[in-house]
Order: sequence, then structure tokens, then C-alpha cells
Amino acid sequence: MKKYTSSHEWVEVDGKIATIGITDHAQEKLGDIVYVDLPAVDTDISKGDTLCSVESVKAASDVFSPVSGTITESNSELDGTPETINSSAEADGWIVRISLSDPSEIDSLLSREEYEKICEEE
Amino acid sequence: MSESVVLKKTPLHSEHVRLGAKMVDFGGWDMPIQYKEGILSEHKIVREDIGIFDVSHMGEINVKGEQALEFCEYLVTNSIKTMKFGEICYTLMCMEDGGIVDDLLVYKIDNKYALLVVNASNVEKDYEWIKKQSENFDVKVENVSDYYAQIALQGPNSEKLIENLCSVVLEDIGFYHFEMGRINGIQAIISRTGYTGEDGFEFYVEKDAAIPLWRKLLELGAKPAGLGSRDLLRFEACYMLYGNEINSDITPLEAGLKWAVDLEKNFVGSKTLVAQKNEGLSRKLRGLEVIEKGGIPRHGNRILTGGEEIGFVTTGNKSPSAGKVVALGYIPSGYKLGDEVDIEIRENKTVKAKVIKTPFYRGSVKSKKK
Repeated sequence: MKKYTSSHEWVEVDGKIATIGITDHAQEKLGDIVYVDLPAVDTDISKGDTLCSVESVKAASDVFSPVSGTITESNSELDGTPETINSSAEADGWIVRISLSDPSEIDSLLSREEYEKICEEE
Repeated sequence: MSESVVLKKTPLHSEHVRLGAKMVDFGGWDMPIQYKEGILSEHKIVREDIGIFDVSHMGEINVKGEQALEFCEYLVTNSIKTMKFGEICYTLMCMEDGGIVDDLLVYKIDNKYALLVVNASNVEKDYEWIKKQSENFDVKVENVSDYYAQIALQGPNSEKLIENLCSVVLEDIGFYHFEMGRINGIQAIISRTGYTGEDGFEFYVEKDAAIPLWRKLLELGAKPAGLGSRDLLRFEACYMLYGNEINSDITPLEAGLKWAVDLEKNFVGSKTLVAQKNEGLSRKLRGLEVIEKGGIPRHGNRILTGGEEIGFVTTGNKSPSAGKVVALGYIPSGYKLGDEVDIEIRENKTVKAKVIKTPFYRGSVKSKKK
């Protein structure tokens, strides 16, 4: 089941691996995405750190890590086709996979309903 | 309690809302940054076919009277007396120190009447400036911005789209020329100008006529395009944006606009500019191409070499038409094509860039008729 952050990231956990991207709401706000500054594999990252930067034709926007752990994979498809985030933000447009160092962090993230409420209030 | 600023609306505001545009504050105006298709689609439409922009926020100032042209000659940097009636020139107004008040178009209508078209965000400042400069001339300066709506039709197929809609022969209107005529039965200034690098027209009509004309152009097949694509298009063509490439701390010579300055004549700022030309420029606006991955330069990023600051980025983006990440920025004179610099795209993060030729892209715009 997907979890969300108030800074518009989504997380899907499979065992100890979390797949992370930005939400459909976020890509809609950003507009056409033209560049993703993918982070290096094997980087250790803490919850709340800047994971990478997603750049639209309008501006650059930071993506924050919703969890702590080690980056195991980044979506190299986004190098050539960053617009995949526009067409499929919450599936093919995933950005990184992280091996969780503290799986309990997931519990504090938002449910779909809680996240949608935040979007409505924006 | 926060004070809410009431944004100005163009006569086409309701049309943008109806079309589902994303609206933003642009210089105090509530303007469409993009419609449903998005900036890149709108950019492509203008490069390949036809887009329309609401540019009614632009300012229009009439200069009328016995000395109208003489006064314009003194006010702006480019030569007015060498222009024919029906011709338009791109030019600048400078302060005595050479800093740019604004860039503008001058429409030479007759020997007692010139129309100046200025940037939306500068209208009040420009109007005051022009009135002040006109004190010793027999002219009447009038801000007529609220009278006009302005629609820009841009793209290689623009002429074909409207050839049956206009009372004038469009083929006879050269680039940077205009005619007074009718479009869709509406009295208009029909001007072969634009801010995209593509062929196209700008229509100045009385504001109540804006909606019928806008709808007619959409009906014929033009697609609405917002300020987001407009900025990208003008950037690729390396047209100046006031507040980015030019401002009151920058002179036209530094901005590479010597072609729009007649140093032989007397105008506000001419002494400073002649001196600057003789002494040589310390910095110049140059085109830069980012040659490594890492990000896209943006307005205000620092330009470095060996860790030392040498300049700044005025605009940067990924250019869809040139197919590369490019920027405009001020760097010291003396840099040659191919020379490398670093651009600080984020704190502690730089990307390498090299000096390249401008513009980054040449569209269908017709070469200037003399």
C-alpha cells in the first residue's frame, strides 16, 4: 500500500525496499518535467534529506526522502525521458529505491486519504 | 491579517479561465502561464504551426504633436528619422548613466504621431519617465494602455490562417512593419512583430473587440499559448526580458544591443554610451551551453571560474528547439566561443558550460526589410 508525505512524495514498501517518487498532484503542479538529477546508488540518506532535484520548464524542485536508508537503485529511464514523471508519476515515473534502515518510519507517513486532504487544503 | 493585492485582468481574462488556464501573478496582472496542454506542447505548436497569446497587459503610450518624432529621437536609442511611416523599430530608453529604463517598440504612424509599446511591469514608470523627458518638447504624452487589447498570433502558418480575415494584404507587410486595417471586421493595428522567433502578427484592437477576435482565431485553428511557452520561445531566440537580461544597472551595449543604438545621435544616455564604447566593455551578455549533467541554470545563478565569481545567469532552461541546456548570462569581455565557465546551479553544486553563439534557435521569422 502506498504512503505519502506532505511534501508530495509517495512511498511503496516491498519487504525492506521502499520505492519512492513524487505524486501525481506534484507533477501536475510542476508542469512539464525536463530534468531529474538522479542521486548516486549506495548513498546513505536520512529521512528529510534532499534526495534529488526535479526540474520543470518553470523551476527546480527538491524531492525529500520520506525514509532513512541506502539508495539501491535509481530510475535511469528518467535520464532520457524525464517526462515519464508527468505521464506516470506514481508508477513508471518512480525515482529511487531505498533499502530501509528503520522500517518503523513508514508508520508515521500519510495515508492516501490524509494526503488528499492536504492537497485539497493547498 | 494579510493584505491581498488585487491583480489586474485583461479583457480576455474570462476566456483564459474558461479554457482551463493556470493563472499566475505576472507584474501585477493575473495571466495564463499555461493552458491544459502545458508549456512544452504550446511551445511546439508555436514553432511548428500557430499559437495565440494574450499580451493585452503590454503598455501603449501615444506621443503626439508637432515635435513627436523629434522627441522620440531624443527619448530612445535607435534612429527614428531613418524609419519610414508604417515601420516599427525595437529600441531602448536609457537613463543618463546608460542604464536601461525599458525596451520598447516605436510605431512610426505619421509625422505627428508615434505609438510606443512598453513592458507591462514598467508602464507607470515609463509613462512618468517619458512625460518628464518631454518637458521641453511640443508633444502630448498619453498612456492609452487601458484602451488597447493586444493579441499575438505566432507561428510559421500565421499568415495563411488569417489571409481572408484581414482588409490588408498581409504579404505586403514586412517584418517590423504595420498597417492600420480591419481583422474580422474590427479596426486594428496589424503588425508583423512578435516575441517568439517565429513569423507572426500582433493585433492592437479596442478592448471590447478582443473576445470576438480571440474566439475567431481559435475557431480557425490557432491554439492558445501562455506566458510559460512565450518565455521559453523568446529565450531560445535570445530576445531580452526586462528584469532578466536588461535592467537599470545594465547598458544596451553590455546586453549586445548595439544594433538598436545610434551612437551618432543625441539621446538620453548617449554621452555615457559613447564613452563606454570608447573605453570598451567590462562585461557582456553571452550564450552558454551546459556541457555536463547536474541541472539547469536559472535566473540569478552565479557564474564562476576557478571558484571565483565572474558573472551571473539572466535566464536558463532546457531548450526544446536547440535540444540542449542553455543559458544567457553576463561574463567579462574577452571570453571566446568555446571557453568554459562553471555555473552554480545550487549551493555547492556547479555545472560546466561553454560560450556559444546566440541565438540558440532561429525560427521562421522573416529577415528585416530595410
